[in-house]
Amino acid sequence: MSTVDTSTSPGAGSGVRAGEARRTPGLVPVAETLETTERHARPETPTPPVPSARERWAFWRLLGSELGLTFRRPRNLAMLAVIACVPVIIGVTLRIVGGQGGMGGIIADVAGNSLMLTFFALSFLVLLMMPVAVTVVAGDSVAGEAGAGTLRYLLAAPAGRTRLLLVKYLNAAIYAYAVTAVVALSALLTGLVLFPAGPVTLLSGTTITMAEGLLRILIAVGYVGAGMAALAAIGLALSTFTEVSIGAIAGTIVLVIVCQVLRAIPELDSITPYLLPTWFTNFDAVLRAPVDFGALREGLVAFGAYIALFGSIAWARFSGKDITS
Amino acid sequence: MTTVTQEAGAPFGAAPPPADGAGESAIVTEGLTKRFRGGQVAVNALDLAVPRGSVFGFLGPNGSGKTTTIRMLLGLVTPTAGTHSVLGLPATQALPRVGALVEGPAFYPYLSGTANLLRFDAADPTAPRTTARRRVAEALERVGLSAAAGKRYRNYSLGMRQRLAIAAALLGPRELLILDEPTNGLDPQGTREVRALVKEIAADGTTVFVSSHLLAEVEQMCTHAAIMRTGTLVAQGTIASLSGGLATRVRIETPDTADAARVLGTFGLADVRSEAGQVTAELGGHAPERINAALVEEGVAVRGLAVLRPSLEDVFVGLTGEGFDVDG
Ligand SMILES: Nc1ncnc2c1ncn2[C@@H]1O[C@H](COP(=O)(O)OP(=O)(O)OP(=O)(O)O)[C@@H](O)[C@H]1O
Ligand SMILES: [Mg+2]
Repeated sequence: MSTVDTSTSPGAGSGVRAGEARRTPGLVPVAETLETTERHARPETPTPPVPSARERWAFWRLLGSELGLTFRRPRNLAMLAVIACVPVIIGVTLRIVGGQGGMGGIIADVAGNSLMLTFFALSFLVLLMMPVAVTVVAGDSVAGEAGAGTLRYLLAAPAGRTRLLLVKYLNAAIYAYAVTAVVALSALLTGLVLFPAGPVTLLSGTTITMAEGLLRILIAVGYVGAGMAALAAIGLALSTFTEVSIGAIAGTIVLVIVCQVLRAIPELDSITPYLLPTWFTNFDAVLRAPVDFGALREGLVAFGAYIALFGSIAWARFSGKDITS
Repeated sequence: MTTVTQEAGAPFGAAPPPADGAGESAIVTEGLTKRFRGGQVAVNALDLAVPRGSVFGFLGPNGSGKTTTIRMLLGLVTPTAGTHSVLGLPATQALPRVGALVEGPAFYPYLSGTANLLRFDAADPTAPRTTARRRVAEALERVGLSAAAGKRYRNYSLGMRQRLAIAAALLGPRELLILDEPTNGLDPQGTREVRALVKEIAADGTTVFVSSHLLAEVEQMCTHAAIMRTGTLVAQGTIASLSGGLATRVRIETPDTADAARVLGTFGLADVRSEAGQVTAELGGHAPERINAALVEEGVAVRGLAVLRPSLEDVFVGLTGEGFDVDG
């Protein structure tokens, strides 16, 4: 019964009797004999230890738990609420300005059709507000758990590092899409209430049906959501480097702002294609006739590259990290 | 040098170790070492062997590397050198069958006790979802938290938090419990309850590995112990063998010291010492109740009889040096 014990642990057990010298590991002469007698005494051969079986939907259960935390947390809901308010404010403002007459350009476009507010709201919010909301969730994802100490219990559960990181990323990406969808829905509803419904006149002057206009909104949401998900990868990567979530969040937001500033400097045109925010506004390709899928594809490739790069950084860091919090 | 596991289980009538990996130690480490960045050696060449079915006390002064060892066992910290296996499995494969409490409780403050436990249960890929609610309720019941199950963790008292952490360690069928200072912050009742709980869990055949710097606690609930000092293992073995240099003594309080000493002598007890109002002697293998009966038969007025077990404290202080000052 204790053959392994005795051979591996001469110090343990009754070995250390008074007056008896403590033995050095591996020098237990009786182990062999004991092993033989044990085998005779116990006919059933001990089965080798096996890892416990995994439940089938375990990954989705953890993702569900993660989403539950994210979408029940007051902070995250408040950010969604604030973001939902902005299109309403924009819509009402444009309605008032538009009502006074003398409007031109974009204002005329938006006030002229109920769907145009959605594109306008997206292009405005995608610059900073949406990135901030996404960054708060992504930057907090690992650092927040580390800071609170819950990370050690998740990993001891054992959640598995790669699995947990993947769940954290999917959660942040889903929140990114939720943010985008909230903007679009809020703008759409506001637009429908405040402005005339009907065929949409695009930037190029072509007119499309309202149904096709809605489809193009859907494409825009898919594209912008992917951009926000790419940003979430950066937030997640920074999040694995610290136990202070505000650090990861602030770091990512500063990165976004620096990129926006660099984009505005004409002398630096050559580097703008490498900056993530450059690609966020490419969704206006859906306002061309026909849709400029080439521009969308280019943007999606950039997002994919960012997700791959920062996902790898996050994984490399997190999989070998000492959890001492 | 024979059956360590049997001996370990004996005090609590433990069931024999589970069929799989029977005879294995619950925890084995060989040369386990952790050097933190910055050169701090927290654990130095640790050779630990925790027999299955034992209640294993992991003792050491503050900063002696207990938590770091536990973190390595749980795969939270990568060892600089050495190997370890838990329940016969390498690295983290055994973790679903291990319940752990590491360096105090940590939960989501805005969730209730139940929601917190469900969260950690969801993180375990081997935990069945269908039984989750029942298992959570049972775990809460076991630590006496049922009444506060719906309360937000933010509003828990220190002791309630500690209990919740123990409940989290009891969420599934566990073969090994690793508890890092489980009685930290508990009131005397809570401390006793934790001790009783540990004994109860051990009686089911679960191995319990409990770190502590409370010697009395370890002495009361453990069958085995290991003593650390600044990252180095200085002793391990059964409690009896650790305090083996000091024999168990019997103390008889009586005015008739001479008669009492004579009766003890007839039993053949060694080192009989008479003092004012009491006689003490090494108990050896004798049953104290038989000694008492003999004393009464001989007309000795027995006012009190006590069995004085040797204290681990003397061993501990001898091995870890002066008091509990933090080294290094
Ligand atoms: N992340 C870290 N970086 C550097 N040194 C560390 C780190 N964590 C722990 N240490 C050091 O390792 C040593 C052992 O720490 P550990 O937490 O394992 O002690 P302990 O035995 O659990 O103490 P206590 O009884 O106070 O809980 C200490 O000297 C500590 O300063
Ligand atoms: Mg500790």
